[in-house]
Amino acid sequence: MRKTLAEKILSAKSGTEARAGDIVIAQLDLVFVQDSTGPLTLRQLNESELDIIHNPNRTIIFLDHSAPSPARALSNDHSFLRDFAKEKGVVLSDVGEGVCHQIVAESFAGPGEVVVGADSHTVTAGALGAFATGMGSTDIAIAFAFGKTWFRVPETFKVTVHGRFSRGVYVKDLILYLIGKIGADGATFKALEFGGEGVEMMGMSERLTVANMAVEAGADAGLFPSDSVTRSYLESQGRGESYIPLHPDTDATYERTIAIDAGRLEPTVSRPHAVDNIALARELKGIPIDQVFIGTCTNGRLDDLRIAAGIMQGRSRHPRVRLIVAPASREVLLSAVAEGYIATLIEAGATILPPGCGACLGTHQGVLGDGEACFSTANRNFKGRMGNPSAFIYLGSPATAAATAIRGEITDPREIL
Amino acid sequence: MLRGRAFKFGDNISTDRIVPGKLLHLRSNLPELAKHVLEDADPTFAQRVRKGDFLVAGKNFGLGSSREHAPLVIKMAGVSAVIARSAARIFYRNAINIGLPVLLCDTDGIDDGDELEVDLKAGRIKDLTNKVELHSSRMPRIMLDILQEGGLIPYMQKHKNFDV
Repeated sequence: MRKTLAEKILSAKSGTEARAGDIVIAQLDLVFVQDSTGPLTLRQLNESELDIIHNPNRTIIFLDHSAPSPARALSNDHSFLRDFAKEKGVVLSDVGEGVCHQIVAESFAGPGEVVVGADSHTVTAGALGAFATGMGSTDIAIAFAFGKTWFRVPETFKVTVHGRFSRGVYVKDLILYLIGKIGADGATFKALEFGGEGVEMMGMSERLTVANMAVEAGADAGLFPSDSVTRSYLESQGRGESYIPLHPDTDATYERTIAIDAGRLEPTVSRPHAVDNIALARELKGIPIDQVFIGTCTNGRLDDLRIAAGIMQGRSRHPRVRLIVAPASREVLLSAVAEGYIATLIEAGATILPPGCGACLGTHQGVLGDGEACFSTANRNFKGRMGNPSAFIYLGSPATAAATAIRGEITDPREIL
Repeated sequence: MLRGRAFKFGDNISTDRIVPGKLLHLRSNLPELAKHVLEDADPTFAQRVRKGDFLVAGKNFGLGSSREHAPLVIKMAGVSAVIARSAARIFYRNAINIGLPVLLCDTDGIDDGDELEVDLKAGRIKDLTNKVELHSSRMPRIMLDILQEGGLIPYMQKHKNFDV
């Protein structure tokens, strides 16, 4: 009793009464790398001769960060990863399948599980009620080989959401507001746990957006309860059998509680060069933008493309703006084509990238020029993030991004809805 | 006992500044990648840093990506320990896993170029230039054990399990 979601999951997976502050060894349900962290993981395994994979069916190599590869060295990294996957019988998610976190949500993670990945946004799977956290290549190498790892059980900040979002305001605005309130290091070594009637009303797509950005407040994990929304999502993905209900105990101990009235939120933006450097979109009106990027593990899902297409319908991008759209997965792209969202976006002047991380991390597919400004639906706006330390990145919702693409300057979407 | 000069950086130095995504193609060529360590934050750092020097930073050092190449290239550049007011969780754990010590303490009293003496076991940092002594907060025992073995791989090769 008296357990937070993090304490419940880590208790079950470590076989101990895990309490905040304890160090526990937990069994892992899913372990993965992507193409920028994976080569180092595999070299660590090969050199250490600890290269027996504990559970190949739950070990995944994703090729998403440079997909398709823009450079010979990266193509060779991909070949190395593919060869390893074939030799060891682990799961390979090749170029074009999409961003690791989206595919983990669609096809792999479930409530009550412990998920570790060599990517900081592994926290995304917290939306499904999993304790999911990012680690580096060496931790994941050991996780590949042993199927377990150590955790310090985090203290938890409980975030309670109530009220209804106003028109033009979305969960992206909520999580940016929250990060601004907590600070970029405010939840370091802590877990965020979301609850309240506002959370019960959030769909899985929205929960994934919120959980995804928990790490931008420094958190180990961003946890959601497993409820009817989780069940419906898992059933829709043909994975109904992995559903279990999961809620924190009503008398759980929280280090801090934060209440947010969704009805009072407005379209919110992170300004360069820090995610917690927030302002309201209307306060930034008139800032010229050269590139708008809609996609990523934060906001590249079908709902996000629907919102953007709904605003772009019958309109065009501003002549100055390059509008770049990267669906988060093949499944998202196929559905967005079927629904007509992709055609709408192309008619509005968008360039559609293959499913993957796209321009987010500055390797390819939308590197910014000197002094340019990008409005992005991604999760990070650090200096140098999109390939150029002389560029400026603003973060916001797909609606704010679409409104900004039309006007060519930062625009509160409520102005054009 | 370690001794070297302090290279001071500010708050919130992200992994995008330590090893940016634009250099992803060098991640399987670590010696080449190390030549670019922190170049967007200080273009002369890689040339000036010498074996045994310390990287001193403000709060939330290493926030962002899980890329372990960040602590790796800092270590390869010759840095013997990172001393920061606070460090992002993944960076902190990665650094220990590859055998790069991270000491957490209030670094305001350390200036760029100061001569430092560091006792890792005691967690004591002496700024010989400013004549101040600092003490780092304690790290969990498992991390101390991993660091003592030189990193997580040698730790697991020896112990075959986590010992908590």
